[in-house]
Amino acid sequence: MAHGTPPTQLTNPLMRWVEHRMPVFAFMDQHLNKYPTPRNLNYFWNFGSLAGIILVIMIVTGIFLAMNYTAHTDYAFNSVERIMREVNYGWLIRYIHMNGASMFFIVVYIHIFRGLYYGSYKSPRELLWILGVVIFVLMMATAFMGYVLPWGQMSFWGATVITNLFSAIPVIGPEIVVWMWGGFSVDNPTLNRFFALHFLLPFVIVGVVILHLVALHTHGSNNPLGIDKKGPQDAIPFHPYYTVKDMFGFAVFFVFFAAFVFFAPNYLGHPDNYIPANPLVTPAHIVPEWYFLPFYAILRAVPDKLGGVALMFGAIAVLAVAPWLDTSKVRSAAFRPVYKILFWVFAVCCVVLGWVGAMPAEGIYLTIARIASAYYFIHFLVILPILGKVERTLPLPTSISAAVLKQGSGMVAGAPAEKP
Amino acid sequence: MRRMILAAAAALTLVAGPALAAGEAEHPRQQKWSFDGPFGTFDRGALQRGFLVYKEVCSSCHAMQQKAYRHLANIGFSEEEIRAIAAGYKVMDGPNDEGEMFERTARASDRFKRPFANEKAARAANNGAYPVDLSLIVKARHDGANYLYSLLTGYKAPPPGKTVGEGMHYNPYFPGGQIAMGAPLNADAVTFADNTPATVEQMAKDVTSFLAWAAEPEMESRKRMGVQVMLFLIVLSGMLYAVKRKVWADVH
Ligand code: HEC
Ligand code: HEM
Repeated sequence: MAHGTPPTQLTNPLMRWVEHRMPVFAFMDQHLNKYPTPRNLNYFWNFGSLAGIILVIMIVTGIFLAMNYTAHTDYAFNSVERIMREVNYGWLIRYIHMNGASMFFIVVYIHIFRGLYYGSYKSPRELLWILGVVIFVLMMATAFMGYVLPWGQMSFWGATVITNLFSAIPVIGPEIVVWMWGGFSVDNPTLNRFFALHFLLPFVIVGVVILHLVALHTHGSNNPLGIDKKGPQDAIPFHPYYTVKDMFGFAVFFVFFAAFVFFAPNYLGHPDNYIPANPLVTPAHIVPEWYFLPFYAILRAVPDKLGGVALMFGAIAVLAVAPWLDTSKVRSAAFRPVYKILFWVFAVCCVVLGWVGAMPAEGIYLTIARIASAYYFIHFLVILPILGKVERTLPLPTSISAAVLKQGSGMVAGAPAEKP
Repeated sequence: MRRMILAAAAALTLVAGPALAAGEAEHPRQQKWSFDGPFGTFDRGALQRGFLVYKEVCSSCHAMQQKAYRHLANIGFSEEEIRAIAAGYKVMDGPNDEGEMFERTARASDRFKRPFANEKAARAANNGAYPVDLSLIVKARHDGANYLYSLLTGYKAPPPGKTVGEGMHYNPYFPGGQIAMGAPLNADAVTFADNTPATVEQMAKDVTSFLAWAAEPEMESRKRMGVQVMLFLIVLSGMLYAVKRKVWADVH
């Protein structure tokens, strides 16, 4: 960090005064303006900042919802309907928040798969990656508890099914479940604590995101070639190049987001959640929100309850250790012909898991779920360690600029080469 | 860019799943609704006729706790009409200064009067079955509007070999095929002010429209705002793309 030296000659006396005591302007200049960024990032590098903007949107809309929401089993459902019907633009705030959760997961899943494809989790970015997995876990907890708040049928039964999983823990499991519920079933105390935690966790996420960014800015972004920057000719300043590119990404993504909010606000949800919670009536199929389905499929693929729970959490934990399971020295799949194919096989495997997660756990669906679950773990535990040792990778370019300039001349027709 | 769209599409196929989990019932017959699609609006005539069907037929068993008489202004009833509709009901209020509950004539601000004091009373009057609150029914079922229309017009004699339980009625659109509600609509059960013939299909269609509005009263303003927001965002995207190209022109 620059030691209080103003980035440009600051003329405003107040800014000089502040800068001398706390060099915020130098900090901003370094991290938002000059910050050297690889010149070859593609649009998959937009998804981190997209996730950030969605987090802000979730917090802002969430706070307005919380002003009108009542966390009590007798009133929660009606308070949400009151938001929808009586609060000015309440429907807009709620639909943004509700669909925002799905958008958050779409964006974060793409962000994660980007990391897997380009080997962004490898040294020196292991900690950055692990912090990402922590954010992912916190997001899942937040979304799960948020879904309970409207106190519809899926809220109640989803909460019942998921909290009951903890009873599989040997010896102390049943005690833990009663402790989590604050009673002997999912009831008012459960709803109250879920609301408190649902309000808290997004701010914890903000904290971890800051750490994620500190780790990121230590070594800078990886890039589609997966090779390190060799010198200044490989980098461009963050502003204006990536600020404008991120802005463009936001606008395009908001078109997609708005299509759901305004024209299909309940498409991603389950109709049963518009039925008030009823502990005496179990829905025909209890399905979690779409973004949990792959993990739900793994859970149900195992005949043993404890085994299922262990494997489900294991499916997330295995992500965190991917930097050590992948033995390849080459980061980007662009230079790993076999990994490139197996990456897509793995991606399809995850989609298949999501699909069977929505199906009843019986017959052919169960068989598919078992095969896909097994493959999920084989990918990490067998393929990644072995492939890194045996794969014949393609020769890496000498530098980012060398590769980009060569590509650039070959691409003149399609590239925005000439200045208008 | 293309890959980004592909990835988004792949993510979406994930969600196509839950729509299939409907249980053993016939697929609802698809109708054309004025409120379908991004430019859809409600047909005020249908809504007002549908309200009449609800008021004259369904409201003897089904409550609509999310709706107040004043909401009817939204479907084209005048203030006097609403006051007159509310005046047709007596509601419990209180306690007054003596601590007594008392009955009074309903006002525009009251919720629709419910037919039974509570779920137990509703079940007692319906052979143990519960006539659900209809405020959200169209949002609370898969393919809600088509389902409702199909259910209301779907009563028929059970096919040979299919037995229907005591006090139950055959209806292939209801999960399991038998429902405790007898066919609620009979031709000419109501007389429409605009002289539309009150066939079972017509009443079913109108009451479904009314219930679709009841479930999503914000739908018209939502879609209208949606069109404006989309246009704005698409233009903004285009402009930002131009700026991006200009800024990046010297990099390649
Ligand atoms: C005589 C009382 C009665 C009348 C009148 C009546 N219903 Fe029902 N309705 C019931 C009962 C009882 C049930 C519960 C059926 C069951 O659970 O098997 C029911 C269930 C329903 C359901 C729920 C079906 C489902 O998917 O769970 C809908 C929708 C419905 N009625 C709509 C209507 C409409 C619309 C009208 C007016 C045209 C109407 N009902 C008139 C008694 C009535
Ligand atoms: C500080 C930030 C947040 C606050 C104050 C907040 C507040 C609320 C409130 C009051 C509700 C209940 C009302 C409703 O359901 O519409 C809710 C629902 C929900 N929230 Fe949040 N929220 C926040 C952040 C988040 C985040 C980060 C996520 C997900 C990643 C999330 C996911 C959800 C979900 C899935 C629902 C259920 C929506 C529904 O079906 O109604 N929330 N939130």
